[in-house]
Amino acid sequence: MSDIMTAKDLNLWYDQTQALKNVNITIPEKSITAFIGPSGCGKSTFLKTLNRMNDLIPTVKITGEVCYNGQNIYDSSVDVNELRREIGMVFQKPNPFPMSIYDNIAYGPRTHGIKSKVKLDEIVEQSLRDAAIWDEVKDRLKKNALGMSGGQQQRLCIARALAVKPKILLMDEPTSALDPISTSRIEELAIELKKSYTIVIVTHNMQQAVRISDNTAFFLLGELIEYGETEKLFSQPVDKRTEDYITGRFG
Amino acid sequence: MKKNIMIERAIHGVFLILGLLTVGCVLLITIYLVISGIPAITEIGLFNFLFGTEWASTAAEPSYGILPFILTSVYGTAGAILIGVPIGFFAAVYLSKLANPKVKAFMEGAVSLLAGIPSVVYGLVGMLVLVPAVREIFDIPDGASLFSAIIVLAIMILPSIIKVSMTALEAVPKEYEDASLALGATPVETYFKVSVPAAKSGIAAAVVLGVGRAIGEAMAVMMVSGNVPNMPSLFQSVRFLTTAVASEMSYSSGLQQQALFSIALVLFLFIMLINATLNFFLKKEKD
Repeated sequence: MSDIMTAKDLNLWYDQTQALKNVNITIPEKSITAFIGPSGCGKSTFLKTLNRMNDLIPTVKITGEVCYNGQNIYDSSVDVNELRREIGMVFQKPNPFPMSIYDNIAYGPRTHGIKSKVKLDEIVEQSLRDAAIWDEVKDRLKKNALGMSGGQQQRLCIARALAVKPKILLMDEPTSALDPISTSRIEELAIELKKSYTIVIVTHNMQQAVRISDNTAFFLLGELIEYGETEKLFSQPVDKRTEDYITGRFG
Repeated sequence: MKKNIMIERAIHGVFLILGLLTVGCVLLITIYLVISGIPAITEIGLFNFLFGTEWASTAAEPSYGILPFILTSVYGTAGAILIGVPIGFFAAVYLSKLANPKVKAFMEGAVSLLAGIPSVVYGLVGMLVLVPAVREIFDIPDGASLFSAIIVLAIMILPSIIKVSMTALEAVPKEYEDASLALGATPVETYFKVSVPAAKSGIAAAVVLGVGRAIGEAMAVMMVSGNVPNMPSLFQSVRFLTTAVASEMSYSSGLQQQALFSIALVLFLFIMLINATLNFFLKKEKD
């Protein structure tokens, strides 16, 4: 499996506070990579550096490189909107737009210039199918998305992200606001999606990382402490701090 | 313990009375307007009053048609909205989403100041600067016209439109904007396709509030509109519903005075209608 993203000596500051310290990592294509660690360890911050969502915070300063297909995404020649189209994101709290289900999915493709009704219909159906929610919503595509349950909303958000045909899907604790049944549906979906997409997921739930991810990275206080195959990291952690965390001694 | 309850009740009572005082004022004004507005309408005839095109209250054979005032108020307000809403709306989007904090603080201060300027000052500046300028630019005998009034009203409604729209735009959850940006939309696309639609009830409320301000304004328009009861035309001297009442009240008597009350009643009904619309949009925004 080839690597799709690489971070080299990545440092990030919010004002004076350093939130990421010398992070080096390579993320393989078409797999699930999980970021774990206690609150405030930098895992979400790091996830957001991968599609430059941190750009939106004015006080952020970043050094080092993040390469996507060999290109440093912080290079001035990079079109950040194009980058975000290829590296999609699903947020912690389901955040569908206050519009119809159809318009939610069609929003991205429309933004990128697709106007044909036939083509949009096709994308909407395919995206909803890929996100395993088509059967639940096909009869109410014109209804407001805010009328759906939290779990459905989150799958809708996944469908919305898929509609712009990204290569990578970043998920920031996508199940933390959901009930166990909705959570397991999202997990099944993630496993299904890794056939076609690269998934990077931040989770505070270690069992979730074990269940779905191929590789796991453990962050602590802004540092990447340990990174490797999920099975190995959870069964034979190399670092004492990793062991303490996964055995529940802190966190 | 018992004493505390007594105090609570007393305070409750005082507040209730103060609240009722406000309601009482509104009721009193309404009743007074209806009672004093009806006689002239019955005497002149509702149709003749509302749709008569001639107002000659001091003529030997007086006629009391207020259609010129109604149309002037409607056109004047529509014109002010036509000019003020686009400017106010884009200013609100700029200030709430795009402006850097320093520029925003400065411009918000300026907008607040604009809101605080007394209407007589608007009228004065309009009279001394705008009216002569309109006369020069459009080469007409007198610049005091519906056009000048529209310009002054457009500026006067800007602060309400900007502030209410800004509040609505700033209340749009950041999550919506993040989701749009994460899909590769540019910030400007995001603001117009996600934030503005999400804030549309609030923006509609801002427009209605602007309508209310424009239709109720008297002093400033009186000073720049020439105040002749013509049927409205853009570059002619005109009289609004508000200014019709204000300009004749001091020397009116008999049926003329009663007719002025009737005009006030019509204006009052307009304002009621606008307030009902405003409440409708505000309620929708809450849901």
